[in-house]
Amino acid sequence: MKKTFLPLAGVLTAALMMTTACSGSSDKSTGTSATKAAEKVELTYWTWAPNMDKVVEGWNTAHPDIHVTVNKQDGGDPAVTKLLTAIKAGSGAPDVMQAEYQKIPTLVSANALADISKEAGGLKAKFPDSAWNAVTLGSAALYGVPQDSGPMMFYYRTDVFQKLGIQEPKTWDDYAADARKIHAANAKQYLGTFSANDPGWFAGLSQQAGASWWGINGDTWSVAINDANTQKVANYWGGLVQEGVIDNKPMYTPEWNAALNDGTQVGWVSSVWGPGVLEGSAKNTKGKWKAALMPQWDAASPANGNWGGSATSVTSQSKHKAEAAQFIAWLNTDPAGIQALVTQANVYPASVDSSAALTSPPSFLSDQTDFYSIAAESAKITKPFTYGPNVNVAYSSYNDAFGKAAQSKKAADFPAALATMQQTTLSDMKNTGFKVSG
Amino acid sequence: MTTLTAFPTSARTPRVESRGGRKAGAPYLFLAPALILFVLFLLAPILYSVYLSLRRVKVSGLGLGLGSRHEVWAGFSNYVRSLTDPDFLPSVERVFAYGMIVVPTMLGLALLMALLLDAGRTRVGTFSRTAIFLPYAVPAVVASLLWGFLYLPRVSPITDVLTHLGITPPDLLSDSWVLYAVANIAVWGGTGFNMIVLYTALRAIPTDLFEAARLDGASDIQIAWRIKIPIVLPSLIMTFVFSLIATLQVFAEPMTLRPLSNTISTTWTPLMKVYRDAFTRNDVYSAAATSVVIALATFVLSFGFLRLVGNRAFNQED
Repeated sequence: MKKTFLPLAGVLTAALMMTTACSGSSDKSTGTSATKAAEKVELTYWTWAPNMDKVVEGWNTAHPDIHVTVNKQDGGDPAVTKLLTAIKAGSGAPDVMQAEYQKIPTLVSANALADISKEAGGLKAKFPDSAWNAVTLGSAALYGVPQDSGPMMFYYRTDVFQKLGIQEPKTWDDYAADARKIHAANAKQYLGTFSANDPGWFAGLSQQAGASWWGINGDTWSVAINDANTQKVANYWGGLVQEGVIDNKPMYTPEWNAALNDGTQVGWVSSVWGPGVLEGSAKNTKGKWKAALMPQWDAASPANGNWGGSATSVTSQSKHKAEAAQFIAWLNTDPAGIQALVTQANVYPASVDSSAALTSPPSFLSDQTDFYSIAAESAKITKPFTYGPNVNVAYSSYNDAFGKAAQSKKAADFPAALATMQQTTLSDMKNTGFKVSG
Repeated sequence: MTTLTAFPTSARTPRVESRGGRKAGAPYLFLAPALILFVLFLLAPILYSVYLSLRRVKVSGLGLGLGSRHEVWAGFSNYVRSLTDPDFLPSVERVFAYGMIVVPTMLGLALLMALLLDAGRTRVGTFSRTAIFLPYAVPAVVASLLWGFLYLPRVSPITDVLTHLGITPPDLLSDSWVLYAVANIAVWGGTGFNMIVLYTALRAIPTDLFEAARLDGASDIQIAWRIKIPIVLPSLIMTFVFSLIATLQVFAEPMTLRPLSNTISTTWTPLMKVYRDAFTRNDVYSAAATSVVIALATFVLSFGFLRLVGNRAFNQED
C-alpha cells in the first residue's frame, strides 16, 4: 500500500530500460574490439554456480593470455532476463554465459547465443546424447557446451522405512503403496508432495515417462505437453493428492523446509543436487537419508528425467568467440576443469569422463559410498527431451493451472490442468508466428 | 519521528522572497531540473510504453535462425488480447473485492485511531502514534515475508498458540481466506500513514472550536462527529484517493506470498499479469498494453472520484 502514486512509473520506467539498459559490467569485453594476436584477451563470464571465481582462477593461472572475469548472477531466470535486455540494447552482454538447458531455445530464438560448432563441435563424444541434443537443438549448430546435468533421484528416510518394514520403491506402484503405508501409520507424515511451483520437476517426471514436450520436424515445431505419457504422470499424482497420501503444498517454502526437518516429509523426488538442499533444509535429520534410483514406470526398462542442469554458452555479442570457446572446452572437458567444478562449485558434470573427480559422496550422505554410481546410472538412463522456444510460457501456465488443481485436491483437475498448459503454450506460439503443429 | 511532525508545517513555510528577475529565461532555468527529470523519467517512459503497446514481435518458421524475429506494428491487437485474456477480468474483480476490504477498513481504523490520539492527548499518545506508524516503515516485501511466516501453519506461532487452546485455526492461504490474508498485510502497513495524515489535520483545528462546543454541552463523540470529521474531510478524501491508487497497483504482497501457496496465481492482480507478460513471458508489448489500460483506469477512477466529491468537500472551507 505504500507504492508511489505516479501511475505505473515503475513499470513504465522498467519498460524504457529494456531498450536503453547497458549494464556496464562488461566494458572489458566490448571495449577491446581490435585485439592483436599477442595482446591479452579479456572475457567476462556470467554464472550463478557457487565459487566459480575459484574455478576460473585455475584457468587464468594456466592461460595468461586469456583472462576470464566471473560476474556472479542471482540465478537462471534473472540472468536470462538481463542477457535478453543486453541483446536488445545491442551491448552489455558478457562473452560467456551459463544457460539452463530449458532456456537455450528461448535464447537462440532471441539470437543471443553464438554458434560455436566450428570451435567446439569436436567435443560431441565427451557428452551423453541427451545433453548434446540440448545444446544443438537437433541441428548442425552448437549453442554451448554441456556443463552439469541434473538426473532425477529419489531420497527417503531409512529410519521411517525400517520402522514400518517397507522397501525402497522400485516402481511408481511401490512408491504409491509406500506413501499409503506411511500416511496410514502417521496421518501427519507424507512420502512427498506435489509441487505446483516447480514446473521443471514435473517436466523431469514427464521426461522419465517418455514425453518430449516440444519437437522439431523440418521447419515446424510441435507441442506435445498433453500427450499420453505426461497424462499418465498427471493422473498418477492427481490420484495420490486426491487420496490424501501425498501432500499438495509447494516445495521450497519455509513450511516445506520445516516439514523435511521435523520428519513430516520423509521422502523427496528430487535430483542429483538434492543432498545440498537437504543439508540446508533438513539438517536435524542428517544420517537418516538415503539416495536411490527413481521409481520406475516399467522396472524392466528403466528410464529417467532431468531436473536442472545447464550449459556454458558464448553470446552473440562476444568479440572473442574462439577464445571463449577454448575456455568453455577447458571448463567442461579438461580433467582440471571438471575437478574444480566438482570440488569447488559442487556441480554434477555432464561430461562422461567425470567419474575420476566424483570420488567421495556429498557430505549430507557421507555414509552412502555408492551415491555417485547411482547418480551415474540415473544419468545413463535419461530419456531425450526437447525444449521449445516458449518454455517460460508453458512453465508459468503450469504454476497457475496445477496450482488450482493441487488446491482443489481433485484427481480430475490434473489432466484438465495439462490440457490448459498445452492450449496456452500452443496458442502463444501460433500468436507469435512460429510454424507449429499439434 | 520528528520528520513526521514537520510534515504538515512544511506547507506553511513562508516562501523565499523573490529577488526580482533579471532575465526572462531565469524561471525556465530553475524549472529545468524538474522538467528534465519529469520528461526523462515519466513522460518519455509513458510515451514509450504507449508506442510499445502498439508493436509486437513476429517470428517466422522455427524462429531459431538469424533474423527470424521482427518487430511489427500490431494496431490494437495487444489491447484486444489483454482485455479478452480469461485471466484479466477475474484479476480486476479480485482487486475490486480487495479494495472493498482494504480501503474502508484501513481508513476507518486510521480515522478512529487519529481521533482517539487527538482526544486523549496524553503521553501514551506519542508512543502509540509511533507504534501505529511503525509498520509503514517496513518495506512491503519484508512485511509480506513476515506475515507469510505467520500464515503458514507449520512455522506460525499463532497456529501453535491456537492449537494449544484447542482451536483449529483456518488455513489462511487457502482459497477462502487468501484475499483477507493479503488485505491484512496492506491494512497493517497502510493504517499508520493514513492515521498520521488525519492526525496532523486534526491537530491543525483551532482548539477554541472544541471549547465552544464543550461549553454548549457537546460530548466527545458529538465533537468528533460534528466538528472534527467534517473539518478533516479533505484529508480523508485525499487518503481515500491515495488508497484507491495503491489498491489498483497492489503487487508486492501477493507476489511475495505467491510461492508459499497454490492459491495465488501469476495473474492474481492486473499488475502481476503485467509483470508475468513482461518478464516471464518476455512479451513487453502486451505488458505495455495492459499497463496503459491500468494507468487509464487509475486516472479515470481517481479524477472521477475527485470530481464527484472533491468540489463539495473542498468548497466547504470557503
